[in-house]
Amino acid sequence: MSDFEPKIVAFVCNWCTYAGADLTGTNRMKYSPRVTIIRFPCTGRIDFMLLLKAFANGADGIIVSGCHPNDYHYSSGNFHARRRWIVFRGLLDFLGIDVRRVQFSWVSAAEGAKWAQLVDATAEQIRQLGPFSGYHKLRGAGVE
Amino acid sequence: METEKKLIGRGELEKLFSHWRSKGKRILAPKKIGAKIDFAAVTTLEEVCLDQVQTVQSAKTAVFPRVEELFSFKNKDGRVEIRERDQGALPETVIFGLRPCDDAAFAVLKAIFNWDSQDPLFSARMEKVAVIGVSCPRADEYCFCTSAGGGPGGTTGSDILLTEIAPGEYLAEIISEKGRVLAGEAAGLKPCPASVSKEAHLAKVEPVFALERVAPALARLFDDNAFWVEQSLRCLGCGACAYVCPACACFDIQDEGGGSGQRLRCWDSCGFGLFTLHTSGHNPRPVQSQRWRQRLMHKFSYMPERQQVLGCVGCGRCSRACPVDMNILEHLRSVAEAKP
Amino acid sequence: METLRNKARELLASKTVQMVIGYGRGSGEAAPARAVFIRAAAEAESLIFDASCQQNLAVYLMKPEVRQLGKAALVATPSALRTILQLAAENQVKDHDLLALAVDAQGEVTPLATLQTIEAHVAALDCNLSAGEKTELQKYVALDPEQRRQFWQEEFARCLKCYACRGACPLCYCSRCTVECNQPQWIPVPAHDLGNLEWNVMRAMHLAGRCVNCGDCSRACPVGIPLYLLNQRLLSEVLANFNFRSGMAAKADNAMSTFKPDDPEDFIR
Repeated sequence: MSDFEPKIVAFVCNWCTYAGADLTGTNRMKYSPRVTIIRFPCTGRIDFMLLLKAFANGADGIIVSGCHPNDYHYSSGNFHARRRWIVFRGLLDFLGIDVRRVQFSWVSAAEGAKWAQLVDATAEQIRQLGPFSGYHKLRGAGVE
Repeated sequence: METEKKLIGRGELEKLFSHWRSKGKRILAPKKIGAKIDFAAVTTLEEVCLDQVQTVQSAKTAVFPRVEELFSFKNKDGRVEIRERDQGALPETVIFGLRPCDDAAFAVLKAIFNWDSQDPLFSARMEKVAVIGVSCPRADEYCFCTSAGGGPGGTTGSDILLTEIAPGEYLAEIISEKGRVLAGEAAGLKPCPASVSKEAHLAKVEPVFALERVAPALARLFDDNAFWVEQSLRCLGCGACAYVCPACACFDIQDEGGGSGQRLRCWDSCGFGLFTLHTSGHNPRPVQSQRWRQRLMHKFSYMPERQQVLGCVGCGRCSRACPVDMNILEHLRSVAEAKP
Repeated sequence: METLRNKARELLASKTVQMVIGYGRGSGEAAPARAVFIRAAAEAESLIFDASCQQNLAVYLMKPEVRQLGKAALVATPSALRTILQLAAENQVKDHDLLALAVDAQGEVTPLATLQTIEAHVAALDCNLSAGEKTELQKYVALDPEQRRQFWQEEFARCLKCYACRGACPLCYCSRCTVECNQPQWIPVPAHDLGNLEWNVMRAMHLAGRCVNCGDCSRACPVGIPLYLLNQRLLSEVLANFNFRSGMAAKADNAMSTFKPDDPEDFIR
């Protein structure tokens, strides 16, 4: 599907990645407009259920990003988050859901360029994978 | 109408299946799914499983699905447009191979859904359903239809009831007008000699408790907390019993989809704590013993009083499905035998 | 069996405990044993212990109406013992809250009065997945993702959302489950495809690093969904990545609420 433009939802933390994405903008760096950013206080707050809600509501891909380990606003939330992502990825994979649709990353407030690269690379990845219609079709299925 | 008796062979039944299919009807029948046997859409008689005493779930899904859309809505410039269900699009359904207890359960559902006002969707589904039951050659220790007003060859609720009188040979009792139409579609129905009787081919299900003693005993026991705690200590508070029950009709209503979406009706169970939780935070049935009491009271006291039907047909499904062996038959027996 | 009954009689007669939670004969011919709550020495003869005693009775430690009956002695399979430790690690049971009666296949009864003695007992058990469990799990891991997706879609399509899996699980003790959080409604209430997937993902995730693989969720499921596969997959994940096994110690950080600075992150860009 060549004209497919993916919908990507990015769950990012307030302190690092959101600021990093801001920097991308102030530096007037261009990146894929296919991303919708949702700001969270901390990656520790990014529950796996939110990721599922994004897919159910039409996302084709997801970015989850926060502060680098050891360079972190609340000292440990990102470490906790990392554990949950490991297990969640294992579960998604076991359920046959393509884990390439969820991209995890650390982007600091100084890494405006990394943010742009991350979004572009993710958009390209999802473009190749195509729309996540298998998941989107779940909505409404099983209702008589 | 008066019940007509005919004979029908497996070959003719098979032809009926293909005839229904050619008319675009959905056929629901017991079918092997993994390790379990349950009602599912089938296309041939070959797929149908009739060796089991009972399926895990009942056939109530045909008229009261697990999840159904009541209507859909669209919010357009601050005005809500409602789109009603197209009842004409509901599937014409033949349910084949239900046991007489399940057939009888449709009467219970009708009594609930059409009690003080007629439920349009339920009634429309019911209208399009024809029921071909198969009487029980065997029963198990969970069956108690004869204590709940039915029997292994009971005809209540069936449009046609089949009884296997020889391998592959069935006595067909044509009970309703719908049944007559269905039978009219069968080419090879043979007249039934007067000597043929189903009785010899039915399971023996001895009555195990005196039904007339249950409702008065329940009324007496209502405030006896210790009795109900004792009855329900094992209960895990899940909804398995209610969801496999052919006569349980409690539902929840959920709107999904935000500004544009569907209003859905889905099963609910009195076994859940959330079932009675008020917005204020107060819960009139805060503990499991009271929820278990409600289950028995509703089926054996409130429904007979209000809808003049028993809320139970004695199929024993809840007991078989219960993860912790809450055997309703035992519980009813102890209710019936409780000292005044 | 008689050893167990005598032990129960002794504990009740001496008022060491108010109740023995054990197994009694089930009601159907093929039915497994069922839970019984023995409160008088004279009733102890209904206790049994055989291969049909499968339910993880630790589930009743968290039921308010059972708790109200006082201190219990619990006839405990290895899974139940691990559950008790996990509940202790989650601050749900305290030392001396209960007495565990570990019973082995020969009917030998070992009373375990403290969490420490339970730990010692559990330490000697083989808590790995059995060879059969590993082989079965591997069968699904080896499928291609699309086959796995289809497999689970068909399995979850049968889910009734009766929550028997939740009720049977001794570690699903929340008085308010996420499915009951409805402002906003986290998990859709109806048992449609999306609701069933979200419910089952949520259940598995909330048990990750906690589940002791007793298998009661799957045994409870009326439609036979192999939920144990999800739990086993995640406990393998937790073991492989964090070297953590649930239900081994009465004082332990939950695998999912702690971390190590060097947890793997090869998947993070």
